[in-house]
Amino acid sequence: MAEITGTTWTCYDSNTMTQAEIYGRVLTELGEKDPRVVGVTADLANSTKIGVFGKAFPDRLFNVGIAEQNLFGVAAGLAKSGLIPFASTFAAFASMRAAEQVRTDICYQNLPVKIIATHAGVAFGQAGTTHHCLEDIAIMRAFPNMTVIVPADGIETANAVRASMDIPGPVYIRVGRGFEPKFHASEDYGFRVGKAQRFREGTDLTIIACGIAVLQAAEAAKLLAASDGLSIRVVNMHTIKPIDREEVLAAIRETRRILTVEEHSVIGGLGGAVADVIAESGKGCAFSKLGFNDEFSVVGYPEDLYSHYRLDANGIADAVRAIMGRDFEEDESWEDEV
Amino acid sequence: MALTNEEKAAFAQTARQLRLDIIDTTVWAGGAHLGGALSMVEMLVILYWKYLKIDPQRPDWDERDRLVVSKGHAGVGIAPALALRGYFPKEELKSFNHFMSPFGMHLDAAKVRGVDLSTGSLGHGLPMSVGLALGARLQKKDWKTFCILGDGECDEGSVWEAAMSAAHFRLDNLVVMVDRNGLMIDGRTEDVMGLEPFEDKWKAFGFLTRKVDGHDYDELSSAIDFALSKPGKPVAIIAETVKGKGVDFMEGQVKWHYGSVDSVLEAKAKASIEAGASDKGRNHG
Ligand SMILES: Cc1ncc(C[n+]2csc(CCOP(=O)(O)OP(=O)(O)O)c2C)c(N)n1
Repeated sequence: MAEITGTTWTCYDSNTMTQAEIYGRVLTELGEKDPRVVGVTADLANSTKIGVFGKAFPDRLFNVGIAEQNLFGVAAGLAKSGLIPFASTFAAFASMRAAEQVRTDICYQNLPVKIIATHAGVAFGQAGTTHHCLEDIAIMRAFPNMTVIVPADGIETANAVRASMDIPGPVYIRVGRGFEPKFHASEDYGFRVGKAQRFREGTDLTIIACGIAVLQAAEAAKLLAASDGLSIRVVNMHTIKPIDREEVLAAIRETRRILTVEEHSVIGGLGGAVADVIAESGKGCAFSKLGFNDEFSVVGYPEDLYSHYRLDANGIADAVRAIMGRDFEEDESWEDEV
Repeated sequence: MALTNEEKAAFAQTARQLRLDIIDTTVWAGGAHLGGALSMVEMLVILYWKYLKIDPQRPDWDERDRLVVSKGHAGVGIAPALALRGYFPKEELKSFNHFMSPFGMHLDAAKVRGVDLSTGSLGHGLPMSVGLALGARLQKKDWKTFCILGDGECDEGSVWEAAMSAAHFRLDNLVVMVDRNGLMIDGRTEDVMGLEPFEDKWKAFGFLTRKVDGHDYDELSSAIDFALSKPGKPVAIIAETVKGKGVDFMEGQVKWHYGSVDSVLEAKAKASIEAGASDKGRNHG
């Protein structure tokens, strides 16, 4: 049985619990403290692990059946009645089936619905393309009032779930299937919504990553230091919206080369958000986005797909080398531009 | 027309083979939606081996009947059925779920011969079927559209939006079959989100209905015959089935919605199928 110390799960817990279970437990802990916390799901209580909360509070988990539009409408109503609903279903259904309910019922009215969207990206790769979700970051960040968080692992998910309680409006927390490897050693690394974590210092190039790509980016940086003598900064941009502009500007200024890596389409996700900041800064910078190109993803187990789509350490290292070999106008003066 | 005993014996043999192939495919895939694939075996057999006007040599034949399996997670039932029916060799199923395979749990119509439309996100199949049926009628085509729905799937509002339009447009070239196995992922349909009075709902939405034992070929056959008799309205056949049918330890078990089998369970499952499993009848919600 996992040892519980206050609100902290020990490393032992995260090693023995799947990443998804950790968030179910954290939600339960929040439910114990705050009676306004309720859960909502659509026949995926067990698959998403919100069922862990339901076991502790059977009358506070509403299962609306297989009906995602209803799910987010109901969540909006629950929020309007004074509760704090955590709504959980697969990312594909949260972001696409119910997109308008999320936008109009929840974001438009700025209601405190916390969406925990599981099986995002290709975490459920073998299920096929209907169950892949490589568009949700782009969709969710387009909705006013929405906060978008893509945790690097289960520990960060736990932090994000807790932090979402302090955000007055809607939050979209994007997670995988729950079997992803651990990135953080513990929960105490100063997680703050909207503040990127600079995981590794570097001067040649900055990799800005989110989700499962963070661990791979860190591995790639190690590899590149050993094999290519490169000094790579690694930034865990867990919050896509609001994006940490300062961290992006620092990367432009201090490393002049940026690679974004994400388990998402290269259109409109983390790469898009970072590109916006770069373009608006008016500063020169070599820049490239690594993610899924504009085509439907193929079938396969997640690990195979991550290497196929070059989201593993080797793929990331190659993308870094490609940028390092690229010419761009070096400009030492940071202050002289618009 | 009533089925002959020879026909029924052949169906039973095909169903047994299909169930064995489903187990093989599950082993190759590493895991699959077994419960809901096994519950619709008799429906697939009677459609693919009797009613559907199809030609496995010409999967894109314009005049073919269309089958939309809206409960797309049952791909592990459909793909082996297509193989057995001659669309492609069973060997191809060995790649199921694996890297770059044409077969994922939810089948891709662009990649798998014989699949008319890609499904997997529940609640999409009936709207697309309504479109097919409208299209056939406008273009004066004789082919029919069959749509198989899960019962849990009928929680989706889009199913009822489509039902309303099927009735409004008087689509009697559309046959809806609901696999009423009474179970979904989180439990029994009546516990998670009650559907009853289910048949009355379809009636109220303008359908003619037939409630049958979904494992009984005579009952399925007479209901389909009725649906194909141009009755002036769309027909919904509510096929009461047992989830996991044919494998004794899976029958009626919620947890076998999705599962994997190791070599011990594989042998047990196959023995149960060979033994003709139980004759446990309909398992209504
Ligand atoms: C829109 C959508 N929501 C959720 C799911 C996840 N899911 C897959 S199967 C299933 C249960 C389906 O139950 P039912 O329709 O009764 O099928 P059966 O029991 O015959 O397998 C769910 C919720 C999905 N595939 N699509």
